[in-house]
Amino acid sequence: MSIPNWKPLFLLAVVIAVGCAIPFMVRAYTIEIFILFMINLILVCSYRIPATTGDWSLSHVVLMGVGAYTTALLSKWFDLTIFLTVPLSAVVAGIVGFIMVTPLIRTRGFGFFIASFALGELIRLIWIKFRYPFGGPRGMIGIPNGELGSIDFFEPMPYYYFVMAVALICLIIMYRIDQSRIGKTFTALYTDEGLAESVGIDVPRYRALAFGLGAFFAGIAGALLAHRLGAVDPKNFDVTTMVYLIIWIVVGGTTTFWGPIMGLILMTFIFEWSRPLLEWRPLLFGGTLIFFLVFLPGGLDDLFFKIRNKIMARKSGAGVSDVAS
Amino acid sequence: MGHRLVDLALLIQTIANSIVAGSIYAVIAVGLAMAFGVMKMANFAHGEFFMAGAYVVYVFYALLGWPFPIAVLMAVPIVGAMGIITERLIFRPTRSNVLAGFMATAGLAFILQVLVGQAWGVGLMRSVPTPYMGAADILGAKIGWQRVLVVPVAIVMLSCLWYFLFKVKYGKALRACAQDPDTARLQGIGINKMTMLAMGISGASAGLAGALMAPIHPVTPYMGHGVILTAFIVVVMGGMESIAGAVLAAVLLGFIHTFVTTLSDAVTAQMVGVACMAIILIVRPEGLLGRVKA
Repeated sequence: MSIPNWKPLFLLAVVIAVGCAIPFMVRAYTIEIFILFMINLILVCSYRIPATTGDWSLSHVVLMGVGAYTTALLSKWFDLTIFLTVPLSAVVAGIVGFIMVTPLIRTRGFGFFIASFALGELIRLIWIKFRYPFGGPRGMIGIPNGELGSIDFFEPMPYYYFVMAVALICLIIMYRIDQSRIGKTFTALYTDEGLAESVGIDVPRYRALAFGLGAFFAGIAGALLAHRLGAVDPKNFDVTTMVYLIIWIVVGGTTTFWGPIMGLILMTFIFEWSRPLLEWRPLLFGGTLIFFLVFLPGGLDDLFFKIRNKIMARKSGAGVSDVAS
Repeated sequence: MGHRLVDLALLIQTIANSIVAGSIYAVIAVGLAMAFGVMKMANFAHGEFFMAGAYVVYVFYALLGWPFPIAVLMAVPIVGAMGIITERLIFRPTRSNVLAGFMATAGLAFILQVLVGQAWGVGLMRSVPTPYMGAADILGAKIGWQRVLVVPVAIVMLSCLWYFLFKVKYGKALRACAQDPDTARLQGIGINKMTMLAMGISGASAGLAGALMAPIHPVTPYMGHGVILTAFIVVVMGGMESIAGAVLAAVLLGFIHTFVTTLSDAVTAQMVGVACMAIILIVRPEGLLGRVKA
């Protein structure tokens, strides 16, 4: 018996329709915000992959930076098209992620968190240290925006559609991973590492796989960012940026695939609304982070889950009392 | 410059600079290690506490014209109180999760940077005049008195801390709590009181370090950034919870940083430091002097 799974397909169609319509309804500046939003969307979802195994890292934006730098080098030196730089950057970021995680596997929890910070910072310092080929502390400029035939991706509209297509593909793949046996294994080894090991799951291998996959998609986000900004700067991938990423994740929660997305949407709105309060913005975000960690440690994700459970309980509770009376 | 290290004066200069750097790292890192030892409080805002200490000196000494030693002493209770408030509002509710407390204090770091920036300006560094002019001449090496001062203050502070931890009842209770919170509780030691005490001392030591460095370190709202990285390298090398390990690692890193900076450049010194931290975490997670957990 198989019920056709029309619900997600319908949802996907609505998202695509709305996504296609957006550029016609807003100003060019707002399109830029949407482009950044979709790049960040890939980034938050990619962060969730290792986070489901319990490996919260502090090097994810550096891995995004690896993608961005790879794109910068490939397109400036080898004149590769954007359709090659994006996948190649993802592969390079994935490989760097794998190399990084090999020693990191030996650590867990807080140790993993700061050890990943140390290794990430090491990569970032290499970019700053070597003026050639990484451009030193000022980074690299003059990265081409890419083009498709005669369509120039410098224009926001075509690039918007390009990023939307890439983001959709990435999100669908990441969703499928999350729902697959591999995704379930990731969650299982976080829930009970000992039990997972005893049923024959190769825990270190799966943790490395999760980290590598996360790095791969972070590399895509970095490549898209580098093409849009036309420049890479080591300061863009420092720990402050990383804390912003953590804020999106913490606000959203990581229990389900939709958690980080909700967090990113909410914080993007707050980010744009707080534009007049520019200098106070870090305070607002820092306060939000503390609020969520202290009062809502599971994030929005968990909040919705609890609310739904309450409603369900009330419904069933009402049913029981009806029967009793 | 590197070839001239054979030059005796430069060698002595570098060694002296290393000792000064090591002393200041020790004062900063001891507080961080202490807070982590008691109930695993990992404070990301430790660098911002250092910054707060420097601003206390800026306000009392540079703006209000109080004597420098009094301004430094003011930083100790003020930043210590900040530590206690942080324990009460952030670490206590997130006690079950080390990472949550660590990330929440990253939020606190943002908040402190904004508040200080809004109160005293973001742009140029605040200038704090050097109270002790001139330089000590040691075998041809010249070190400003302000830097020399750091070393005895660090020694006095660490001795006081040692005396407190090993000879005073509260200090012993603190160590008991760090070793085994549950057993400590059975002995009638209030865990909440101890965590507050640890964060108070931790904040006070960061404040003291910042206050001492105010005249020789550029005072900006973001000065904590570089400090926190160094402090974590030291604490990780020393074994996270071990105070003696933190002191040893601080001196070691002081020498490594200063020598690599003299021979090469500051970025390379940072890279070496970060690489040391990564290697220790991966190869010997319990640190140089850390105990292996049962």
